Amino acid sequence: MTTKLMGQKVQRTEDQRFLRGQGRYADDVAVSPDTLHCAVLRSPHAHARIVDIDVSGVLDVDGVHAVWTHDDLEGAMAEPLPLLIPHPALTEGRTQYALAKDEVNYVGEAIAFVVAADRYLAEDAVSRIEVTYDFLPPVVGIDAARAATNLVHPDVPGNVAARMEQSTGDVDAAMRKAPHTLALDLTVERSACTPLEGRGTVARWDPDTNRLQVWTSTQTSTGVRAVVAAKLGLDLGQVDVVTPDVGGGFGVKINHPWPEELLVPLAAMTLGRTVKFTEDRREHFISSAHERGQVQHIEVGFDDDGRLLALDVQFWHDHGAYIPYGLIVPIITSTQLLGPYKPRAYRVVFESLYTNTVMVTPYRGAGRPQGCYAMERTMDAIAEFLGRDRTEVRAANFIQPDEFPYDQGLIFQDGRELEYDSGDYPAMLEKAKALIGWDEFPAFRDEMAAEGRRVGIGLACYVEGTGVGPYEGAHVHIETSGKVKVATGLTTQGQGHQTVFAQLVADTLGCRFEDVEVVTGDTRRMPYAVGTFASRAAVMSGSAIHLAALRAREKVLRIAADALEAAEDDLEINDGVVSVKGAPLDGGAAIDLGTVAVLSNPLRYAFDEKSRIATQFSVGDPGKPPVADDDEPGLEGKDFYSPERATFASGMHAVIVETDPDTAEITILKYAVVHDCGRLINPMIVEGQIHGGVAQGIGGALYERMAYDESGQLLNASFMDFLMPYVTEMPDGIDIDHLETPSPLNPLGIKGAGEAGVIPSAAVFASAISDAEGFPITAMPISPSELFALRRSLVEPVETEDPS
Amino acid sequence: MKPAPFRYHRPATPAEAWETLAADPGAKVLAGGQSLVPLLSMRLASPPALVDINAVAGLDAIEIRDDGVHVGALVRHADLLASPEAGKVQPLLARALVHVAHPTIRNRGTSVGSLVHADSAAELPAVLALLGGSVVAGSVRGTRTVPAEQLFVGPLESSLRPDELALGAVFPALPEGAGVAFGEVARRHGDYALCGVAALVHGDTVKASYLSVSDVPTVVDLTGVPEEELGDVALQHLDPVGDIHATADYRAQLVRVLTKKVVRQARLDRLDDREAR
Repeated sequence: MTTKLMGQKVQRTEDQRFLRGQGRYADDVAVSPDTLHCAVLRSPHAHARIVDIDVSGVLDVDGVHAVWTHDDLEGAMAEPLPLLIPHPALTEGRTQYALAKDEVNYVGEAIAFVVAADRYLAEDAVSRIEVTYDFLPPVVGIDAARAATNLVHPDVPGNVAARMEQSTGDVDAAMRKAPHTLALDLTVERSACTPLEGRGTVARWDPDTNRLQVWTSTQTSTGVRAVVAAKLGLDLGQVDVVTPDVGGGFGVKINHPWPEELLVPLAAMTLGRTVKFTEDRREHFISSAHERGQVQHIEVGFDDDGRLLALDVQFWHDHGAYIPYGLIVPIITSTQLLGPYKPRAYRVVFESLYTNTVMVTPYRGAGRPQGCYAMERTMDAIAEFLGRDRTEVRAANFIQPDEFPYDQGLIFQDGRELEYDSGDYPAMLEKAKALIGWDEFPAFRDEMAAEGRRVGIGLACYVEGTGVGPYEGAHVHIETSGKVKVATGLTTQGQGHQTVFAQLVADTLGCRFEDVEVVTGDTRRMPYAVGTFASRAAVMSGSAIHLAALRAREKVLRIAADALEAAEDDLEINDGVVSVKGAPLDGGAAIDLGTVAVLSNPLRYAFDEKSRIATQFSVGDPGKPPVADDDEPGLEGKDFYSPERATFASGMHAVIVETDPDTAEITILKYAVVHDCGRLINPMIVEGQIHGGVAQGIGGALYERMAYDESGQLLNASFMDFLMPYVTEMPDGIDIDHLETPSPLNPLGIKGAGEAGVIPSAAVFASAISDAEGFPITAMPISPSELFALRRSLVEPVETEDPS
Repeated sequence: MKPAPFRYHRPATPAEAWETLAADPGAKVLAGGQSLVPLLSMRLASPPALVDINAVAGLDAIEIRDDGVHVGALVRHADLLASPEAGKVQPLLARALVHVAHPTIRNRGTSVGSLVHADSAAELPAVLALLGGSVVAGSVRGTRTVPAEQLFVGPLESSLRPDELALGAVFPALPEGAGVAFGEVARRHGDYALCGVAALVHGDTVKASYLSVSDVPTVVDLTGVPEEELGDVALQHLDPVGDIHATADYRAQLVRVLTKKVVRQARLDRLDDREAR
């Protein structure tokens, strides 16, 4: 019997390629000197009307092939970019144009597009375009947006794109009756995905076949295909989109189309040349997308045990100059804020606000880090107020294991009920406490204090809706070589899909792991797909691949049973060979998958060894058509998976930090994660995802921010000043423990794991630093300079008061 | 992020290099390129020409002479850091060099290039200033020695003339019985320091040199200052300013904390040295 690979720490098959520099990214496509390159003139101002654009200095430059402004665009290309996810509450949705029309609303907005023989020439040309601006007052930051002294879009009153409210129970009445109440005001600043590979698109028009070939660094090749076809006036069948290796996405590449994703294909068709755009780092900072900026006001009523009787949350979400991705981020904050807890009554109201800054689309965690931060800061405040242990207050509010499925009474991001499918939060808390050494910490604190050192411990809990629909599909094709070719339509940006999907196929089909080859994000292979976001690839495509492999297996068994003159139920498949259960392989009746594949196709030209072997078998009924009515030639299986709702993973992070009494530097002494993503396909890959998420979360909590000045200039648009942490800023190891509560919603019992590591970071560090310092941290991220300033303002004035 | 067009020269001798610099006004010298190339790529600088000195013979030596460590213009930070002789003659070099960016940058960036780039947030200018070292520069007019106190004239501004090529630098040897130490606080490992201090203790003399808290590398004489007052006395000569990474107030705090710590380490270094002998 073949060993099951589900749950095994199988080495990532893609790493040999990546680690040897053999990855093939968008910029590695079409490296011929004939390829044309693009550069974009981007607005240097946050808010201005465009009075005039003078491109006359560029047109006659040798090597420049095209210079376009909005005036050069026609038809659908001249219309605003699509609002991808409309919502009834989004009453004032605005999106940008591929090239700015009449006005610019953030530093970095695309104004003109140059195609030239190389990027150097294209940048030279961009620098010679002259634009005359009429300046408008910029709106930067949530306070300015709320004040609405100035408007981003003159026809959007109050800068409010959407106001949305959800509630369960009578919050006002519950608050009045609550024995204790508290109010908190919290802020979270912006950060960004910052994948190592920025955006990139290559396009080639083939006049002989009338087809457009696009390679793009995206999290949804089918989405890009559909919008390119629509905007360029092509039939869907004329457009192929291939997503090559992608050097990280983390959310930013689910937004589409970027202006360049349309302009590059348009240029390829117009100029009849292969055209490439590769974004540089500064462009990525100022013209892709950011996330996380929110201001929150929380009022909470609770009893003597800290049980939440009433939770009343208002928050203001900064979505930047445009809102192409709709309300996904604030909706997730407003619903996932509840985490593993069950308040008696809950009300949340948010406003999504325009500012003259880079737009906001989901970034790993996608609104959950802010929600978790709001909830967990509240839990800590309640514990502080009651003088109770922070874990006790949390435990008092947990949904219990026997309460699943648990309906929170809200509508989630996918428009479905927010109903948790499974979990075990009390057991998880015990694991987390043990892993971090919660109960031993007071002694450790005393020991450190004796050395003049200051330490603090923090804990934060979250629940993550993963694997949102609507669907993913998979196609499994067994070739006559016995190789198994698998296609699923969603894209891969480094997660290890080739490995985990091959594990599932090997288990389900009974073939050898090495014989499985997985292709993702190629619309030629799987034209119906959604994309890789919302921690959905394993749940959605994993389930679809399992189902498609089952279909292929059924057909294998049917043909093999005919060939071997055995009953299907008596057959098994091991290492790619079908045989009668219990019979010895040597000498017993057996047939390999490649031979079955030959038999599956009645057209028997003999091309290879397998065809010769197949001649010894006889299948089919000579009295009937070679392909039956309900059958088709070939050995393939195809299926789609479409769940009724998301499946809810959960986790708890705990951290011990040290804060330097003199320099306020913050050092991580220990970081612990307990994680439940249902049944694990590959624990090594899940742990890798957690490591990466924790690293990104540490960045967001302690290092990164988008430093906009009042005029809307991003002051730190480089990796020198945007402090993405290095490995030297990571703790010496992250302790991980797993809990497996299978999801009842999919055949494999799995839940998503991609975003988990980053969700509780702001919350857990705020908790630990507060614990070390003795005053609440209410604004994240926090730098040593800011912690020092807080000490000065909160602690030292009291100490320095003159007693006389 | 592609440079604007420039002429490219690759001389083989110092004389050829300074003739080229004289003949092509505005040309910039390219050595390790770790500061210049990003400036070119972001088009923050667009010199009409580059004089690449990487093929110039005789500039890549580290020599120990009586007066100290002589470092050629093509010596990479990593080479100087790895030189046991340099470390023995002037231990402050290695103690500062480990804070210079990251290994990959140190593999390419040159120590002399860092000096003449004259960034007051860089480690080596502060070290050269503290030790009273010098830079040797050549041009068609001949060669001259520029002492550290005359080298750093403003933010990112050295007193070298546009047609001069820095040929090397001299870091004086540590006098017998003296002690040195280096310390800095940066947001991430390898970043420019929010504040850095190099200290030299020799006999009764105590001197400290600062980076990132003044326009030019600044040496403060702290001889005779009580330990608790070191930082505040130093601050009278410094001008910490706030930016997106830290407030002026916080940098002043780092001046106090680091001065006390680094001067103490330099004193211990002196004692260790004595005991070792």
